[in-house]
Amino acid sequence: MGLDSGELLKLDGLSVEYRVRGGWLSAVKNVTLGVGSGEIFAVVGESGCGKSTIAHSIMRLNTDGNERVSGGIYFEGENLGDYSDRQMTAVRGKKIGMIFQNPLDSLNPVYRSGYQVAEAIYLDGKGRDEVWREVIELYRKMKMPDPAKRVRSFPHELSGGMRQRVMIAMMLARNPKLLIADEPTTALDVTIEAQILEIMNQLRADFDASILLITHNFGLVAEIADRVAVMYAGEVAEQGSVFEIFQRPRHPYTELLMKALPRRSKREGRLQTIDGTVPRLTSTEPGCRFYNRCPCAGGRCRNQDPPVRRLSDTHSYACHNR
Amino acid sequence: MNRGRLREFLISGRKNVNFLVGAFIILSVILVAVFAPFIAPYGYDEANRDERLQPPSQKHPFGTDDFGRDMLSKVIYGSRITLQIALTGTLIQMALGVSVGMISGYFGRTVDKILMFVADLTWCVPGIILALAVVTLLGKGLTNSIIAISLVNWTQYARIVRAKTMSIKNQAFIETGIAFGEKAPAIMLRYIFPNIVPAIVVMASMQLPSTVMSTTALSFLGLGSQPPSPDWGLALSNGMKYITRGQWLSIFPGIALVYVVFGFNLLGEGLRDLLDPRMKSL
Amino acid sequence: MSSYIVKRLIQGFFLVFSVSVLVFAMLYIMPGDPIDQVMGWKVSQEKKDEMRRFYGFDRPLHEQYLSWARKAIKGDMGVSVRTKLPVLDLMKARIPITLKFTGLTLLFDILIAVPLGLLCAYWKDSLFDRLVVGVSLFFTAIPQFWTAVLLILLFGVTLKVLPFNGYDTPLHLVLPVAAGVLGSFASTIRMTKSEVLEVIREKYVTTAYAKGLSKSAVLVRHVLRNAIILITVLISLSIPWLISGAVILEHIFGIPGMGGLMVNSIIMQDFAVVQACVLVITVLTVVFNILCDLLIGLLDPRISLSLRGGER
Repeated sequence: MGLDSGELLKLDGLSVEYRVRGGWLSAVKNVTLGVGSGEIFAVVGESGCGKSTIAHSIMRLNTDGNERVSGGIYFEGENLGDYSDRQMTAVRGKKIGMIFQNPLDSLNPVYRSGYQVAEAIYLDGKGRDEVWREVIELYRKMKMPDPAKRVRSFPHELSGGMRQRVMIAMMLARNPKLLIADEPTTALDVTIEAQILEIMNQLRADFDASILLITHNFGLVAEIADRVAVMYAGEVAEQGSVFEIFQRPRHPYTELLMKALPRRSKREGRLQTIDGTVPRLTSTEPGCRFYNRCPCAGGRCRNQDPPVRRLSDTHSYACHNR
Repeated sequence: MNRGRLREFLISGRKNVNFLVGAFIILSVILVAVFAPFIAPYGYDEANRDERLQPPSQKHPFGTDDFGRDMLSKVIYGSRITLQIALTGTLIQMALGVSVGMISGYFGRTVDKILMFVADLTWCVPGIILALAVVTLLGKGLTNSIIAISLVNWTQYARIVRAKTMSIKNQAFIETGIAFGEKAPAIMLRYIFPNIVPAIVVMASMQLPSTVMSTTALSFLGLGSQPPSPDWGLALSNGMKYITRGQWLSIFPGIALVYVVFGFNLLGEGLRDLLDPRMKSL
Repeated sequence: MSSYIVKRLIQGFFLVFSVSVLVFAMLYIMPGDPIDQVMGWKVSQEKKDEMRRFYGFDRPLHEQYLSWARKAIKGDMGVSVRTKLPVLDLMKARIPITLKFTGLTLLFDILIAVPLGLLCAYWKDSLFDRLVVGVSLFFTAIPQFWTAVLLILLFGVTLKVLPFNGYDTPLHLVLPVAAGVLGSFASTIRMTKSEVLEVIREKYVTTAYAKGLSKSAVLVRHVLRNAIILITVLISLSIPWLISGAVILEHIFGIPGMGGLMVNSIIMQDFAVVQACVLVITVLTVVFNILCDLLIGLLDPRISLSLRGGER
């Protein structure tokens, strides 16, 4: 398979399986997508649909010996799957940064927040004074009030929004090309969410970084992303530019999701919901994974993998019947 | 536990090796204790001046003690003492711990603070010191040493029961009960207690080894059972006197004790996995 | 932090106070009063009353407690009925021995069990892990006093390489400390392992990897550093248990420490000595706990959130 030039990150048929009692559970199946330079790419789906697994697989952070990753993870044209663990350590933080959902759990409670940022910068072999100057500068860029004082604060002394800023500072400290943001605002309240989004938008310009945004929140996607992939049960159901997905959803799942979004313009009474639950999948089962909840499922859907249909350079979806 | 859950419990119990082996061990001890007079070749206090301190032989497989008593019979009858310790000790601890824990968890505030301070107090004082102090007050003897150990061990129950009660108390069905005008004791007995039974069972099985070991230790120190009781701790204490001349006196009662404790350990682990997997971290 | 220290000190003071009241009350829970206990039935009633006045047993209880406590603080814990010696003199030489014995046990327990627990967590589910956990599980089923008996049988009686009675040479401590460690190392290993495993699962460990730290840096700076706090908490919680073991072991091995003294005094019904032993051992435990708390306070900046409050 060829690589699109200009794509910073390309996932090519990525599959991740976890060992469970009596077999393998397919968390991510055959995911192909690409993130361009300076772009914000959103992966959106229900919790448990495998979107976080993708993020962790890119960083190779899910290594407890119970997972199996196949397919290509190309970053700047090189397959990270071929990298040794030592080489991956050099990629993390330096080329790809990652921020997590809950910024309190994600910071070590026993170290001052500034030290945890400094720890990353020290890896570049810089001197003590320079490192701390940079930390304070980063805090300033993150719009932290009173940065010189805040670097000495412990995580529990900071608010949720400030903690997430520390996380972002930590992960941008070494100027990575790509920032993976795994549900960055889910644990924060709405006003703080807006501030963090603003910071992320600003950073894209300042640091010239791409962002892979993992979220379940369509509102967030509409607000900030350039392109989006909709995931269902470990597979990409549909992907395209934000405009394409919101205006012309083709996959039944995306369509239902759009209908389930609360909108101010229409007053149709109840919000629509999707019946049924996400199936638990062992890796060998063929067929469309949305089959049991799909309003337009047919006979093929049950035992044949749906084909990927292309509508434009960016817009594609996987369905038998649409 | 209703019938459906009991069934489920039995089905998964069959697959739980810890539970099975533990249950087998304890069952065998219970059988030996019940049928002791039929199994034991001699009475446990049948002294024989001509056969003092005999090493193990065909006639006395576990040897004889300083009064010529058959050690095998002593070990067999000793299982009765051990089970008595396990049963009464557990019941006393449970009664104390469950009532204090429920009252503490249900009423909260000042009552809770006072009761938990008492619990913390016993937590900070070395258990054996407290037990020794109680034995000093009550005097030597098996019953008193069981009471002493129970006064040390009950706090574990109180903690668990208190935590469970606090979480159950806030659930809707309790509030419904209160709205219907049920009194606090009725709510505790009818609504809360049934819900903490599994936790209590798990706790009891996990506390059994320490109850047996500590009480036996008091007997070993000479403060529990008094001669001629076949108590294993007492037998081991006697063995210490003849440590250079009669090693078998120190071996067999010890093996029996370890067998029982090991059985309770396995049973506890098994029950915990079956009834309350979340307690695994404890 | 400073408010935390003050809080712990106040708590410790309350504990010591409560224990002293309990210990004082021990005298009165006994049937009859101490004079009856000590003088027996041979002495006439007049003589007993005179003694009561002399010792102040006719005064109100709280006054009696205060004068008792005042004396106890000065080190006057009464007179041993059996030996007719002041209790303080009996205990003076024994306190350091118990401290040394318990301290050594704790030291070796930590030195052996904490690294083993760490390795078990690090190589989870490996053969090493299974072996260590299996062996430690086996040892939890053996009562400490029987471990001591077995050690005596093996090294003292059969092999005759180590002494097992008394306290004359450092060699005399080998078997007691070994028995102490064998009695506690299993739970220390299990605690260490589960704490380290818990820390390894924490999100901040993932963060540490994500920012590019090497495996060893993450293990030392983030896993170990945080696990030490929990391990310290658990070790401080196990101190009372360790002392309990020491009491029995001192008795078995004839070590002239407080434990041995206490057991003998109970058997001899030497009440003042038992009372003093309970008080001193409890106070030492509480003091040690406070020291551990201070250490934890130094290790953990969150300490104002109260680490000990939860269910653990």
